[in-house]
Amino acid sequence: MVSTIGAGPRVSGGEPSSRLATARRIAGSVTDPELPMLTLADLGILRDIRLDRGHVIVSLTPTYSGCPAMHEMRRDVSSRLAAAGFTDVEVRTVLSPAWSTDWITAAGRRKLAAAGIAPPQAAPLRTAGPVPLTLSTSRAGVACPLCGSADTEQTAAFSATACKDLYRCLTCAEPFEHVKEI
Amino acid sequence: MGFDTAYEAISEEHDSGHRWAFGTGFTDPLAGVDTAVPAEADGSELAEYCLMLGDDALIMSHRLQQWLARAPELEEDTALANIALDLLGQARLLLTRAGRADGSGRTEDDYAFGRTEREFRNVRLAEITDTDFAALIARLFVFSTWRLALLDRLRSSADPVLAAVAGQGVKEITYHRDYAAQWLIRLGDGTDYSRTRMIAGLAAVAPYAAELFEPTAVEERLADVGVAVDPSGLRTEFDDVLAQVLAQAGLQWPDAHGLAGVSGQAGRHGVHTEAMGYLLAELQSVARAMPGATW
Repeated sequence: MVSTIGAGPRVSGGEPSSRLATARRIAGSVTDPELPMLTLADLGILRDIRLDRGHVIVSLTPTYSGCPAMHEMRRDVSSRLAAAGFTDVEVRTVLSPAWSTDWITAAGRRKLAAAGIAPPQAAPLRTAGPVPLTLSTSRAGVACPLCGSADTEQTAAFSATACKDLYRCLTCAEPFEHVKEI
Repeated sequence: MGFDTAYEAISEEHDSGHRWAFGTGFTDPLAGVDTAVPAEADGSELAEYCLMLGDDALIMSHRLQQWLARAPELEEDTALANIALDLLGQARLLLTRAGRADGSGRTEDDYAFGRTEREFRNVRLAEITDTDFAALIARLFVFSTWRLALLDRLRSSADPVLAAVAGQGVKEITYHRDYAAQWLIRLGDGTDYSRTRMIAGLAAVAPYAAELFEPTAVEERLADVGVAVDPSGLRTEFDDVLAQVLAQAGLQWPDAHGLAGVSGQAGRHGVHTEAMGYLLAELQSVARAMPGATW
């Protein structure tokens, strides 16, 4: 019998639900090595956690196909849970639906902005027909995380990690990173 | 877990296994994913299809990696590295899926480092060398436009693993195509010199375009049962996107004949250009010199 958090005060198999809550808190608090201000919970990639007679199953959704941080995050989930006494941990990949920056929580967005990284806007809505081309380089409405000005421009479409591009503020002149909408 | 220094991170014994001296040493990218072969498909044909799409990504990624520290600006180095990384991630998923589908249990490393040239199924466009940055931009634009149209249709594949890989890939390649399209316009609509180079880049790539739309028998059979995408159906969308970008760049698509194969066989059948052997020699040299080496 498998139970997810919120299924009731106790789950069958004699596991108190507080153990599941503890496991969820630990897994959710693992941070992204490339965006260390964000936890897995903030990123929205912790999709599910289950506890069945001591066996913990953690389900994660990758951000980008090739994101090397996924390997570190999977390993950190296992080692942090092991340190808390959960020795039987399985980390599963959930590929569908694909991750979207819309899953970054409000707390995650605040932490990004506080670290000087512009959080993503709403991901583009997919309409019927072919994927539209974008031939303009700057996305309107990316506000400078330092001074708040909306007068910004993109300086590079890619950045030090797969999930970000580079902007500069035309008001305060500071360069900053922005999490790309996907 | 966090580390205070990079040395601590690589010296601490935090992994149960060794790291590959080559390859990734990463965890199974399909851990926990149901990789049962759908009833409609033959497992070995599904595996071959996964190798086609996986090899396109792997070989294109390798060529992009060769641009690192060679691109005209640091920003372009970073862009090409990120695009290469996305494609490498797609390749890892698809090659791993191939080993599950054909029942052989081969890993991504077995496929990437252990196959000979004739066993690679990528289109020839992915393997050719770039004479300059404009030729790379032409190749990346054609490749991304075609692959985006393909993966967009593959999102509804009867194979849920292919559909999921495509769903994520579409988001990534949308950015790759925009990047290449913006550069194509900037160079084509730039100075006389940049325009001349961009025209030459398109001419270098054009003979490899026809192959992208020629289905193999495996693709046709799998497309009939809803697992694969028949690439011959991608031509209209491809031509539309090409026309939009070329119009803004003030350029024409060159009037080029498709490069012939050998007895009708080309990249999808394992018949490659001369460039492929050199590419594989580099990609596989450490793995072949020291099979199974770890550090």
